[in-house]
This record gives sequence, C-alpha cells and structure tokens, in this order.
Amino acid sequence: MKYNSVFDIIGPIMVGPSSSHTAGAAIIGRLARSVFGREPKRADIHLYGSFAETYRGHATDVAIVGGLLDFDTNDERIPNSLQLAKEAGLIVEFHKEEAVPEHPNTTKIRLEDERGSLEVIGVSIGGGKVEITELNGFKLRLNGMYPAILVLHNDRYGVISGVTNILTHHHVNIGHMEVSRKEKGQMALMVIEVDQNLEDAILDEIRKLDHVTQVTRMSP
Amino acid sequence: MFRNVAELVEKAESQGISIAEVMIRQEMEFGELSREAVVARMERNLDVMEQAVDKGLAGVHSLSGLTGGDAVLMQQYIAKGNTLSGPFILDAVSKAVATNEVNAAMGMICATPTAGSAGVVPGTLFAVRETLKPTREQMVNFLFTAGAFGFVIANNASVSGAAGGCQAEVGSATGMAAAALVELAGGTPEQSAHGMAIALKNLLGLVCDPVAGLVEVPCVKRNAMGAAVAMVAADMSLAGIKSRIPADEVIEAMYRIGQGMPSALRETARGGLAATPTGKKLAEQIFGEKQ
Repeated sequence: MKYNSVFDIIGPIMVGPSSSHTAGAAIIGRLARSVFGREPKRADIHLYGSFAETYRGHATDVAIVGGLLDFDTNDERIPNSLQLAKEAGLIVEFHKEEAVPEHPNTTKIRLEDERGSLEVIGVSIGGGKVEITELNGFKLRLNGMYPAILVLHNDRYGVISGVTNILTHHHVNIGHMEVSRKEKGQMALMVIEVDQNLEDAILDEIRKLDHVTQVTRMSP
Repeated sequence: MFRNVAELVEKAESQGISIAEVMIRQEMEFGELSREAVVARMERNLDVMEQAVDKGLAGVHSLSGLTGGDAVLMQQYIAKGNTLSGPFILDAVSKAVATNEVNAAMGMICATPTAGSAGVVPGTLFAVRETLKPTREQMVNFLFTAGAFGFVIANNASVSGAAGGCQAEVGSATGMAAAALVELAGGTPEQSAHGMAIALKNLLGLVCDPVAGLVEVPCVKRNAMGAAVAMVAADMSLAGIKSRIPADEVIEAMYRIGQGMPSALRETARGGLAATPTGKKLAEQIFGEKQ
C-alpha cells in the first residue's frame, strides 16, 4: 500500500497550485536539506519528465527551493523562496533534463557547501506523497513519514549488528530497515526507520563504531 | 485495513457502522492516535477548506491572469433566480471554482485528493450545507467518507495527473464527493459505492492538459463540472440506480486507462488544450518565450 493514512488523501494543507508539483516538490527539497543536515551554499536542481515540462507553471522550482530553506508545504513564504534564497546566500541552478524518468515527477538535487556534498533523487507520487529513491548513488526507498537514521559505512561483517545492538540497548524499535552497497567490500548504506526521534548521544555512539563513516538523522 | 471498495462496504455493513467510522477507526489504529486527535486533524482540514471557499467567493485572481472571479460571477447569476441547472448544483459549482481559484493564486488550500482537484469535495459539501444542515461532526465525517474512497483509489490506481491523467485527479475527487454526499444524505454504504462508481465512470479517460503547465485552464472549470457530476451521481444512487460495473472494477479500469495514456496527455502541457493555438499563445504570453 502506497498510502496508509486518510490524511495522505485529505491533505496536506498547502500553498497552491499543485500537490504533486508544489507540495511534493517542497517536501523533497526539505528532506534533502534534512539529510544534508545544514544550510547548503549551492543547489543544482535537475528536473525530469512532467517536472521538467511544467515546473514554471506549477512553481515546482519555487517549491523545491522553499523546501531547501526548510519551509513546510503551508508556509506562505514559498512563493518568494527564490528571492529569499538569494538573500540567504544560496546559489540555485535549475537543469531541465530530456531523459525519461521511471516516474514522471522526478528531481535530482545536488547540495554542497565547503564541507561536502549530497545527491538525492526524489519522486512525487501524487497528493503530496513523495519517495526518496536514491542517495549518493545508493538505491533506497524513504518516504519521510518516520524518523530515520542513515549510516554510511564500509561493507564489513559486524557493522550492521553493531548499529542494531546500540539501538537495542537504548530500547529503540526499528520499523523498517534497508541495507545496500555499491560493490562487495566497498561503501554501504543502512537506512533505518525508527519509532521515535533519536538523541544526539545515540548517534554519537554509532559514529564511534569501526567502519562507520557518516551518520545522519532525518526527522519527519 | 481495507484494500478495496468491496472490503470497505463489507466492514461498514457487517459492523453496522458508517464508512466514515470505518475510516476513523483505521486511522486511529494506523497512527496509534486517539479518536480526538484524528478528528481534530480533519477539523483543521475542514477549516482550511471553508476559508478557501470564502476567499474565492470574495474574488481572487491568479498571477498569470488566466483565472479568477468566476466564482463571483456564478453567485451573481444564481442570485438572479432563473437558472437552468438549479441553485443547488450551481452553488456547488461556484464553491468548487472558488477553491480552485484560490489554489491557482497560490493561496492556502487542502489537497483533496490533490491541489488541482481540491474544489470538488468542499464545493459539494458547502453547497449541501444549506439544504441538509449537517452538524459539524457530520461535515467532518463527510471528509472521512470521501477520504476512505480516495484511499482505495490512490492505492489501487492513482490520484496523480502526471501518472493517470485528470481522471485520476478530478475523476477521483468526483467519485469521493459522490460517495460522501450519498452517506450524508442518508444512503447506505453500498449506495455510496454505486455513487462513487457512477461518478468515476463518467470521467474515465479525462486527460491532463494544463495550458502553460499552470493549474488553471482547464483545471478550475473541470472542478466545477466534477462538483456537478458528483451531485447528479449521488442523486442517481439515492434514487436506487446502480452501477452495472462494480466500483473496484471501475477503479481498475481507470488505472489501466491512465497507463495507456500518452505522456503528452499526462500533465506535460504538450497535448490537448495546452497544444491548441490559443493554448500555446497563452503560454508564450505568460512566460515570455517558448518553454
């Protein structure tokens, strides 16, 4: 089931004009910002399919940037987000792509600052529901409904149980978990959806594990 | 959890409760929430819908200038007293238009099930408020019933214009509104399902062809027609007329039609009304040069 809640159908409360092209786009931008974990200095926004064909009419560009500025779907600053980004020193560039995506409402967002970069692919599946389908080249499926932690690590035995042991120790229940790697023995990513927001101390404990390179928290 | 209309109707009838009640109980279970929390959240949605209708009836205009002011024109026309379709349907039409005019102007709305189709459900609800005089609780239940049918459509077909055309947006909204109207007017869960099926059947194949890619032309007037169809479909079902094709099969047909639709007719602004000479000219006027 793609939709679990009646409020996915009656809702969200949002600034018009399109739930998939405006609200969904804003949510993808905000999720990307949340995973990046800080205010980006530069954003390259690639638009595919229906997003590429109609982004100006639907204010998709404006909405994604609003999300990058951490605005919610019903934030009345969204219509002015391009100007607000400029004032905040965020450089934004849009790229209209010809490639035909799997889902018509697809965007690839690359964020960067002096400390690093992040690439996220998000799709807006309708009615304000979204999915993050790729993160730094890792395939995944994340809908932003639950708190999640993303653990980038080297593909070695014991790392996964190390992380889950820490969660067990702190009585954190795992709702959904995905593990993927680009190549055997190389870099791997754990996506763990949990039932509650995690404290910094738990994240720090995970960071200290051998072979863990990066730990990020995502809050809905 | 119900997966289709047949299960939804069965749940309501076997437990002797309304469709709205089935939806509320499922939401409480899914979200691990109290009834008060679930109902309060829907009340907020209802408030936003009412504010959007009021704002649209006072008169709004979009930035592009393509839409706005029609809700006001319709109210003035109704006030003259000799309409063809009758004041109830046209009141629903004007309130649906009001909501979508606010949406086009980037005002605050509640996506139902999407922003582009946000007018149909509140348009019909606030129109029948004058005649059926529902309590606030009944109005909130109207939204849960509409949501229950939308939930089935979204999970078995789509509510996205880009994925399934306008039949998935305004079509879904019309089916949702028809089902909720039936329940509010005292129909059975089975009659709600027939109302939904009759409404959605008649919008199958509806393409998504927004001029200049804006959610304005033909979107605003499609919501108007969706509201009118929902009212008539609900009346047909209340009269005892049944859909020969069961609701779940209509939804399945909608999904297959959406998959077969060329991408030019699925929210790309490359086909249909968007590709007419006037549609293209308007796009150039609004965006300065060719997109």
